[in-house]
Amino acid sequence: MGFLTYLINGLSLGSVYAIIALGYTMVYGIAKMLNFAHGDVIMIGAYVTFIGMSSSGIPAVPAIVISIIVCTALGMLIEKVAYSPLRKATNLAVLITAIGVSYFLQNIALLLFGSNPVSFTSVVKWQGLSLAGGQLKITGNAIVTIISCLIIMVCLMWFVKHTKPGQAMRAVSEDRDAATLMGINVNATISLTFAIGSGLAAVAGALLCSSYPSLTPYTGSMPGIKAFTAAVFGGIGSIPGALLGGLLLGIIEILAKAYISSQLADAIVFAVLIIVLLVKPTGILGKQIKEKV
Amino acid sequence: MAMLIVKDLKVNYGVIQALKGISFEVNEGEVIALIGANGAGKTTTLQTISGMLTPSSGQILLRDTNITKIPGHKIVSMGMAHVPEGRRVFAQLTVLENLKMGAYTRSNKREVADTLERVYESFPRLKERQNQMAGTLSGGEQQMLAMGRALMSKPSIMLMDEPSMGLSPIYVEEIFSIIQSISKAGTTVLLVEQNAKKALAIADRAYVLETGNIVLSGDAKTLMNDDSIKKAYLGE
Repeated sequence: MGFLTYLINGLSLGSVYAIIALGYTMVYGIAKMLNFAHGDVIMIGAYVTFIGMSSSGIPAVPAIVISIIVCTALGMLIEKVAYSPLRKATNLAVLITAIGVSYFLQNIALLLFGSNPVSFTSVVKWQGLSLAGGQLKITGNAIVTIISCLIIMVCLMWFVKHTKPGQAMRAVSEDRDAATLMGINVNATISLTFAIGSGLAAVAGALLCSSYPSLTPYTGSMPGIKAFTAAVFGGIGSIPGALLGGLLLGIIEILAKAYISSQLADAIVFAVLIIVLLVKPTGILGKQIKEKV
Repeated sequence: MAMLIVKDLKVNYGVIQALKGISFEVNEGEVIALIGANGAGKTTTLQTISGMLTPSSGQILLRDTNITKIPGHKIVSMGMAHVPEGRRVFAQLTVLENLKMGAYTRSNKREVADTLERVYESFPRLKERQNQMAGTLSGGEQQMLAMGRALMSKPSIMLMDEPSMGLSPIYVEEIFSIIQSISKAGTTVLLVEQNAKKALAIADRAYVLETGNIVLSGDAKTLMNDDSIKKAYLGE
């Protein structure tokens, strides 16, 4: 039963990685940039949810909704102020700016919330299930996290495939100039992508801190990097790839912690990434794009 | 009546002046060819007209509306479609999705479905392959898709950049006859081509570009018999 419990915990952690990885992968696919500030948006989102629930006594769901709104606005603001002036700059300039934005957000959080960890109250009140005569316990957090992740995935895949803004995203991700010639507003599409990614980051922040309740201004950075790894693992730019990469990463991390060594768990995760990239440089679901000339 | 007027257009790439003040007109219903060697500024001209590049000075009027400063994505719904150089179809979308993308700015679903039917009538091969990824089409089929996609916006004027480039002779013939039928159906055409012979054969009038200047213009049939044109562009 131990293995099953670990597996479910791994799926739950992996679901959080997957939701975060979506933000990385969509922004990379459409804006062709790595938004390293994405992890810190998660942290801001978690603080907003925390303040809503603990200080203002708002129930969990409306607190998360407020956090989604704040993060969506924050994501669009970051894009507008920091990234959109660099649309024609080199990739390196944009990457360094993203790292700068990441530190900026961490320092703003330090200033506003201090460096002492706050104890996040779980957004899930339900204790969960106890199966097989109490031998297999599944926490409410894990169930809610996994289900949220699946719902988000299905909605997003439907959105990208069947709505006009979703179609615009696919077009922009493939060829920005050709998309413009179709009448698609590329800047608006990129802004929408940041909005969606950052809104999801708010959800991820609440779910992450429900399972790992110690919240500091640096809470977002490690999950952010791991989710980025998950996105690369699954094939950056691919939405199903983010799901697969996130889940696998979560499972590997938890199993490594359980059976090998909790100190080595992160090293093992990254070693697996290196091996995957050596065998398949585009990631598991990444496509090698062949173009006809 | 003038569909498109370009007045003293200048475009710079950094310190290099790609267009040095060109002026020309396209009248409603005409097929106008813009011919010239590599690097003469043909593609730059089209890209500036459709808003992909910003000119340093000059004016572009589409049916008396000044579109010089209007961003590219807004020009489509004003009745201009641009078939870019190298076709630029969305390789990972299906043929049908590509065509629907062409109608992105149109909201009336029934009218779009009508236009789609008409595009399929002109390009039966696209209908056969509607669920295939565009990246798997042959070069000639991709060119047809790029043209069909542009027609989906129901343009009154179509800019075409090197539609025959890299195609086999059979497809070249087919593409030029398609351009003629697009013109007959009432769409004004501004055609950029290196294949000057074919372009002049279907054009009403033509302009000759040389290193950012228009050096010659006139009736296409007259230009075809012009000695300097024959020597420089027709290889005779």
